[in-house]
Amino acid sequence: MTKQENIRNFCIVAHIDHGKSTLADRIIEKTGLLTEREMQEQVLDNMDLERERGITIKAQAVRTIYKAKDGKEYVLNLIDTPGHVDFNYEVSRALAACDGAVLVVDAAQGIEAQTLANVYLALDHDLEVFPVINKIDLPSAEPERVKDEIEDVIGIEAQDAPLISAKNGIGIEDVLEAIVEKVPAPKGDPDAPLKALIFDSLYDSYKGVIVFMRIMDGRIKKGTKVKMMATGATAEVVEVGFFGAGQFLPCDELSAGMVGYLTASIKNVKDTAVGDTVTEADRPCAEALPGYKKVLSMVYCGIYPADGAKYPDLKDALEKLTLNDASLFYEPETSIALGFGFRCGFLGLLHLEVIQERLEREYDLDLVTTAPGVVYKVYKTNGEMIELTNPSNLPDPSEIDHMEEPIVSAEIMVTKDFIGPIMELCQERRGRYLSMEYIEANRALLKYELPLNEIIYDFFDALKSRSKGYASFDYEMKAYEESKLVKLDILINKEEVDALSFIVHADSAYERGRRMCERLKDEIPRHLFEIPIQAAVGGKVIARETVKAMRKDVLAKCYGGDITRKKKLLEKQKEGKKRMRQVGNVEIPQSAFMSVLKLDEE
Amino acid sequence: MRSKELSLYIHIPFCVRKCAYCDFLSFPAEEGLRQKYYERLCREIAEAAGDYKGRSVISIFFGGGTPSLLTGDMTLRLMDIVRDKYCLSTDAEISLEANPGTVDKDKLKAYKKSGINRLSIGCQSLNDKELAVLGRIHREEDFYRAFDAARNAGFTNINVDLMSGLPGQKPADYEKSIRKLIGLKPEHISAYSLIIEEGTEFYNRYNDDLLLRDKGDIPRLLPDEEEERQMLYMGRDILRSAGYEQYEISNYALPGSECRHNAVYWQRGDYAGFGLGASSCVDECRWKNTDDIKEYISGDAAGLKRDEQKLSLEEQRSEAMFLGLRLIRGIDKKTFALRYGGDPYAFYGEWIDKMVNEGLLQDTDGKLKLSLKGQDVANYVWGGFV
Repeated sequence: MTKQENIRNFCIVAHIDHGKSTLADRIIEKTGLLTEREMQEQVLDNMDLERERGITIKAQAVRTIYKAKDGKEYVLNLIDTPGHVDFNYEVSRALAACDGAVLVVDAAQGIEAQTLANVYLALDHDLEVFPVINKIDLPSAEPERVKDEIEDVIGIEAQDAPLISAKNGIGIEDVLEAIVEKVPAPKGDPDAPLKALIFDSLYDSYKGVIVFMRIMDGRIKKGTKVKMMATGATAEVVEVGFFGAGQFLPCDELSAGMVGYLTASIKNVKDTAVGDTVTEADRPCAEALPGYKKVLSMVYCGIYPADGAKYPDLKDALEKLTLNDASLFYEPETSIALGFGFRCGFLGLLHLEVIQERLEREYDLDLVTTAPGVVYKVYKTNGEMIELTNPSNLPDPSEIDHMEEPIVSAEIMVTKDFIGPIMELCQERRGRYLSMEYIEANRALLKYELPLNEIIYDFFDALKSRSKGYASFDYEMKAYEESKLVKLDILINKEEVDALSFIVHADSAYERGRRMCERLKDEIPRHLFEIPIQAAVGGKVIARETVKAMRKDVLAKCYGGDITRKKKLLEKQKEGKKRMRQVGNVEIPQSAFMSVLKLDEE
Repeated sequence: MRSKELSLYIHIPFCVRKCAYCDFLSFPAEEGLRQKYYERLCREIAEAAGDYKGRSVISIFFGGGTPSLLTGDMTLRLMDIVRDKYCLSTDAEISLEANPGTVDKDKLKAYKKSGINRLSIGCQSLNDKELAVLGRIHREEDFYRAFDAARNAGFTNINVDLMSGLPGQKPADYEKSIRKLIGLKPEHISAYSLIIEEGTEFYNRYNDDLLLRDKGDIPRLLPDEEEERQMLYMGRDILRSAGYEQYEISNYALPGSECRHNAVYWQRGDYAGFGLGASSCVDECRWKNTDDIKEYISGDAAGLKRDEQKLSLEEQRSEAMFLGLRLIRGIDKKTFALRYGGDPYAFYGEWIDKMVNEGLLQDTDGKLKLSLKGQDVANYVWGGFV
């Protein structure tokens, strides 16, 4: 059994694209866990989606053995953390399972807002953080400048940081030595009552839920009766083991300081919430590990099958996805325009996009998604408070005393040339300026408070385009604040289309309504009659466009007896109709419902 | 029992220069290739004869491209093959499309002599500016000369193609063209509006305008939708008062001069197409020849067929509806029921009712037909039958 002093539990912290996954791959390769031939590019990012987008969605772990220069063998447990603000809580739990963190910084780009956020998170968890400078082989690499930046901005020693190229395998050994030297060995009493932190879980159709955990105190083996302290679920352990690369390696026992998994015929990931503490049912520990939070959905939207008959398939797919994703929430809802579907809750916009893409790709579903919204608190005149996730459920204005919306605090790092445009953007999005500090001659860190509903649409895209890609952004939830909010309704041919309603700040209602009408005018095909498109607030029309009546549509010539071609044209026309939703006597294409997501694109 | 009838379509895919709006299978080609094509075409027609034994050929149509690039000798040999190998009805309608820029009196006389009895002249406009925009090789003057030569050569059945909705064209311009044309008293006038098809030079040129017009907005160069409609309505009024009857969405004729060949398409008669990309429909089976000229020239008869499709009864009915409704007199419900196993209402009742309610279809005297308003938006009406 490995002694605690020979174990190193660590994670890698980096900005997207700075080479986290590549470094992880090199470490796995270097420690001989897999031969080069067996290496698949980026072993840890399992999902296609993760590889394509270069982000990690689920936490992963891998155990490697490294023979250090001091002649001893060390067990290195690498815990890969999700790389996006949506998964902040998951990141914090994964960090809590580690004792140290390798900070990867791109030698050309330096520190980004996300790097900062993650480093602060790691320091908050008392992790030993040490930097490595990656991509030193790039012509634009400036390792000395980046070292100074790390010391100035983060305040950690960087002069002896390994200079590496994960891509080309340069300096990997230095990183491994630094891990052994700098990451402290775990402490913990193997004879104390069991206390283990869940940092992720995975549903397997044969084994049930596989719980990823770090043992803080005590031991666990087959037959141990365990209890999840927050959810109260109990189970008898069937198997414990380590994480191989892409496989699970059973072992006899896990003890304090180790990272591994357990299976216990658990059927639902909701019983094994991330952040919960695993203890022994018969000999529980005195108190649970700190930091457990119940997952809350931040962003909601309606998801409907494009083909109404596929409702059961969508239901089935959502059920399967929640087996593995405790943070995905859904409940049935109906829309007059879209029929039967689900109101779904997500951690953030990325999470929403990931789920949407997985439904479409893995379950081959064609979806219609309504505009995403946040959770509003509606205080009614009768003293009641409701948490509003679907704009259609907004009570009558006469029953509303006031409403509150969620506010986030945001940090934006930007080169000085783009400070102006970015401040303008934040201003447009109802941002409240907090501070600006230059972190070096050329770059500044802007701090703003922004309403969450202003950033869930297309804030990232706007940020990128207005800074030519030179801005990075991170945010966290701050508080709810009272706000002047109204429900904007869209009427097509005088009929309200529920799926197009959304909540908006009163000051932006006119602008939003106008753009919605313009966009819908382009999306809705012409009918034989004129179709007014109106935006209304509280029954008062604030913007209007008209889809003109179609006066002429005929295939004039039909030469040479090529009937098949004419038939194909008519069939295409009909096919287009199938993908439409009937509202009153107007046919609205599915794409119209989603066009509201892209209102700010010019 | 009456012998089965058959029509023949013969495709000549060559032209002097491709017109800017043209999306037909047509292109300029050098003499050698044209000759090889012609030889292969003669062989194809001769070899296919065996498949149509006992059928009486009631019409032949030389279409293109520009069939008037054929010499009189060439049409004579083609006609001789048909007369020799097929059973050509004595009163068969035999049409050839002619570009005014490619014919003279001698050539037309030779055509007449070879057996062609109907000429379809691709005039398109009687305004030189419009002809230039279209990329036509002829001018107004050339058309008059060609028309006169055709009459001199003895053609007593002449169609003239005329287009409306041209870039820069105003209703008054179109009116002038039409009035000049009816002065010549052709037996038949094909008056259709320009459709800008993908893949043509026009499509690239007027793409932005098309997008505007599709939304109902005012285009910059193309006539707007209202003007287009106005031209169609005006054309119909002028032609009617000059004695032409509209018998199909875009076809007008003096009494008795309706084109029989086109009627075969609308009434789903049998026709065999020869030449590059030519379409056929025989015994409820549709197919097309290859549209690759190298394949066509080197291929054997069996290797030419593409996209062969046996039509189910349901498909036949669907075609009968959207083709039959092109004819102004409409679909005779009894005739339909006899051929397709039931009244149109039995298969399309809901849609027909809706169309009648919207005032787009009329159901009178046992016939279903498009109303005037229905003719404007015929695609919408037809869409419900596919």
